[in-house]
Amino acid sequence: MKHTAFHVSALPLALFVTMGLSTTVSNAHAGEVRVMCYQDGIECDVTAEIARKFESLNPATKIVIDTVPYKTIVEQLPVQLAAGQGPDIARVTDLGGLSKYYLDISSGLKDRKYWDSNFGATASWLAPTPGDKGVYGFMSQLTMTGPYVNKTLFEQAKVALPGSKATWDEWAAAANKVAKATQTKAAMAWDRSGHRFAGPAISNGAAIFDAQGELTIDAGYKNTVNKFVAWHKDGTMLKEVWAGSGGSTYADSIGEFINGNVVMVLSGSWQINRLQKDVGTKFDWSAVPNPCGASACSGIPGGAAWVALKTSKSPKETAAFLDFMATEANYSEFASRTSNIPAHAGLAKKGINYASAQPGAKAALGTFSAGVASLSPTAYKFQGYKYNRAIMLPTVARVTQALVGEISSDEALNKINADMHDAVKQAQK
Amino acid sequence: MRFIGFFFDLLEPLFKFAQKWLGIERLGWFFVGPNLLVFGVFTFLPIVINVIYAVTGGVQLIPFDRPYTGAENFQILFECRNYFDIQSCRKDVFWRAIFNTAKFSVIQVALMVFFSLVTALVLNRKIIGRGFWRGVFFYPVLLSPVVVALVWKWLLQSQGVFNALLVGAGQTPIEWLTNSQWAFFWTIFVSIWAHMGFYTLILLAGLQAIPKDLYEAALMDKASPLRTLWRITLPLLMPNLIVVLVLAMIRAVQVFDEVFVLTGGGPGSATTFIVQFIYQTGFAEQIHLYGLAAAASLTLALGLIALTLVQLKLTRANDVGQKTR
Amino acid sequence: MTWVKKPAEAMSFIRFLTRTQNTRALGWTDYVSYSYLLVGLFTMFAPVLWLLASSFKTESAIGQFPPTLLPYSQKMVRIKSYDNPLPLYVITNDVGETKTMAQVSRIGIIANMVDPDRPEETMQVNINQRTPVTEITIAIENYSDIFKKFTFGKYLWNSVFITVIATLLTLLINSMAAFALSKYKFTGQKFVFFLIIATLMIPPTIILVPVFLVINSVGLLNSLWGVILPAVATPTGVFLLRQYMLTIPDELLEAARMDHASEWRIYWRIILPLSAPALAVLAIFSVMWRWNDFLLPLIVLSKSEFFTLQLALNSFQGELHTQWHYLLAMTVITLLPITLVFAFLQRFITTGIASAGIK
Repeated sequence: MKHTAFHVSALPLALFVTMGLSTTVSNAHAGEVRVMCYQDGIECDVTAEIARKFESLNPATKIVIDTVPYKTIVEQLPVQLAAGQGPDIARVTDLGGLSKYYLDISSGLKDRKYWDSNFGATASWLAPTPGDKGVYGFMSQLTMTGPYVNKTLFEQAKVALPGSKATWDEWAAAANKVAKATQTKAAMAWDRSGHRFAGPAISNGAAIFDAQGELTIDAGYKNTVNKFVAWHKDGTMLKEVWAGSGGSTYADSIGEFINGNVVMVLSGSWQINRLQKDVGTKFDWSAVPNPCGASACSGIPGGAAWVALKTSKSPKETAAFLDFMATEANYSEFASRTSNIPAHAGLAKKGINYASAQPGAKAALGTFSAGVASLSPTAYKFQGYKYNRAIMLPTVARVTQALVGEISSDEALNKINADMHDAVKQAQK
Repeated sequence: MRFIGFFFDLLEPLFKFAQKWLGIERLGWFFVGPNLLVFGVFTFLPIVINVIYAVTGGVQLIPFDRPYTGAENFQILFECRNYFDIQSCRKDVFWRAIFNTAKFSVIQVALMVFFSLVTALVLNRKIIGRGFWRGVFFYPVLLSPVVVALVWKWLLQSQGVFNALLVGAGQTPIEWLTNSQWAFFWTIFVSIWAHMGFYTLILLAGLQAIPKDLYEAALMDKASPLRTLWRITLPLLMPNLIVVLVLAMIRAVQVFDEVFVLTGGGPGSATTFIVQFIYQTGFAEQIHLYGLAAAASLTLALGLIALTLVQLKLTRANDVGQKTR
Repeated sequence: MTWVKKPAEAMSFIRFLTRTQNTRALGWTDYVSYSYLLVGLFTMFAPVLWLLASSFKTESAIGQFPPTLLPYSQKMVRIKSYDNPLPLYVITNDVGETKTMAQVSRIGIIANMVDPDRPEETMQVNINQRTPVTEITIAIENYSDIFKKFTFGKYLWNSVFITVIATLLTLLINSMAAFALSKYKFTGQKFVFFLIIATLMIPPTIILVPVFLVINSVGLLNSLWGVILPAVATPTGVFLLRQYMLTIPDELLEAARMDHASEWRIYWRIILPLSAPALAVLAIFSVMWRWNDFLLPLIVLSKSEFFTLQLALNSFQGELHTQWHYLLAMTVITLLPITLVFAFLQRFITTGIASAGIK
């Protein structure tokens, strides 16, 4: 065997030599900031242009934007970070789960007070430990979950749109009437997502957290699950969206909405651009305020955040670039061009000029922005909770099983509970 | 070419020297060395790490940061209140996945071998443009599983071509992928569609190796084509059939990419197979349960090895049968 | 060289068969064969042809139901006194007469339409009475946008580099290993062979995270070599080549050894050339595998300058929306090279597997 060792040791040596020759330098060096970004529309493209502006003002720094699939952010980035590798900045959605890798950039900021006043409301979502006062990044957008309705179908059916304080049941009844009159496939569809599901659940009285701050499945949550399953059984809900996948894979309902297969969908503010482009003049659509449940009329806030990471090799430049992106002018340009609601308190008050948005889109953005005021505090807590996916993912998987008749609703609820506690227990080991 | 010759000529004296010193037989290790090294570092070592994961808990990535838990992960996997009711198991999706995989493998392999055989028999005849037809059946093998699944998902969606044709013919559209039975059917169909060509060619090669004098003799005896098939073709094709059977079974048990993109494991867990369960447990959830995923994968590996050993025993039995004939 | 005889045998075998097929009793097998082939052609090719046709549709046309084979989109017409082009519709009134009109605006279920020849008069039409006038629009921008959006050339280079280098390395070390396992007898040989075949049992998905850890500790993250090296020791390749090399007569090697040729010479000058068909098969498979590799590059490469085409293909899937039109066009683009390789080398595949599969 020692002879094998002699011969084969030459191989890795030769390889490492050629490695240097054929690949460009893969190590980050000081003065370079790598940004890992995903986009639903043009978020990364707009950021790249902002980066060029930054580079012209700071010639010593180079910003590289790596546009990656969302899958990479969700599945690969955590693994990389755990192994001690990773970019300087990333656009992430699992705010709590990755918080242990965030880098505090407060020492590199020009105006700390500006950050506190404009991003203070959502800063807690990024905090690794509750009450942490460090600055780890900022929300690139504020998204809100909420429904869209096909106004044209309502008109054709001669059914009036329910008012802003209508309940989910009232909306379901109205949409059902419309669907029957216009021969639409189904009345409603919700995105296949535990995040979307949580909105109506919280409105229905689900507290999500018990007195100790642990996740819990209470009566409000149970009622929502039961009602959701019942709506599928009686044909109110379009089966394809939730039943078309297994496990906890995400699926959206907007495609069905655009094709006129449903009257109403529960999705979110990030779809505005897409609706504007794909619906065009086919029919009139609008965003409506979140319907009410027993205790609230709430959606769930959310959004992706730009975060600085501990793996950064150029922390000063990282802080400087994040500071630059967060200025009012740049943030406003980003929000306007990507049709996103700003998470910036000052801009939210001033309003964004969505120059490229059509009237329908502008109205929708207005509805969602107004909806921020009716967000339940539970919704905020839910969004910021580190292990919220422990309840979101099993909900999707188990409720689907109940919908297709694999298990009963009660069994599904038991399983959600069990899966949820299993996951959290392992996470705390 | 000349450059390679030059490189080779350089090595020769080194070799002759080494040969004298070691003797020819030891050089076997040299030739198999590089392969073993790469395999050792990038396959064997990860398997060892996987075993470490399986006996530890927590959510840390680095194996040494994980607390030792012994057989706890296996215990979680195999814990059931009532062993006859999948639903009462703690990890009911794991057991559903195993059951689904078993069902899938048996049906898919049987159909795959059957259709590969029929296609090989057809392709073995005198037909015009045989090279072209071979290419037609082999082509899907070259596509990546993701592409295969995307294309079929496209066709089968409720707003897809299949339903358009049904609607055009006055029928109601069928929920191809949201009906549990249909979804299962399509996972079998799509995987056969994608891989049949490979096995067809192996069988075709076997068919071409059968000596023609046997067929001449059969014709002299006025044997019908079906009898020829049964008495001559199939027995002589048996070694190739066994190869196809073993490979197809291994692949079927490991099915993942196509199915995951096609149905996501749905509806519910109707098309969730074992590798998807492992992937979801270890990767796709926010809280990565590496230990549980590793335990499940070790269970899978052991099961596969057992299954293949059984199949190989069948092979050897068949070889012996051949020799004594 | 036993395999050389086979084509000749096969040919006479075929000629032999045809003779029997001319008797009327066997006619039905011909019909069955050809109809089976046609059904097979349709089943195998139709989906991919659909993919190709759809990749030329605009994003909204892709989502339409019922889907059309050819790429259609609504015809627009320019009418003076209106700034923007207006969409054309065919109106059917209650009596059944049809007319082509352009739509100025739509509010709810009433559309304001104008006759293109008489733009001053507007008519109120119920939206249920109109059907769009469509024309074939080939959305070339699906393809051209991709080239503009991405440093396509870089991704192409990365994919090609990985594929070529990995294939060369695979051929080299797999043939060396196959040589050792077929022509040598050393202790532990059977065990080594078993180990190599046992790796077939491990689906790569399962050891993804440990492989990542290993690649990371070797320092090959974000390097093309991190994608090349783990993939070159293919068990299928060793198995295939070993089967083939077993048929090379040992007398050739003995004769060469008698002439004082070194083992390396034997390997280079005798074994490799004789294994050419099997090597060609492995080369094609290796090209196919490396070109289509997705999971391993996904975890190893996160810096965009190292992305492969397959990774770029997937960057069209954001969290909340998949841009199907780009995805389809990109899929077609990544399909082209593999199709060309296949069409060109198709002959090698079939004769190659043929010889390697025979026991």
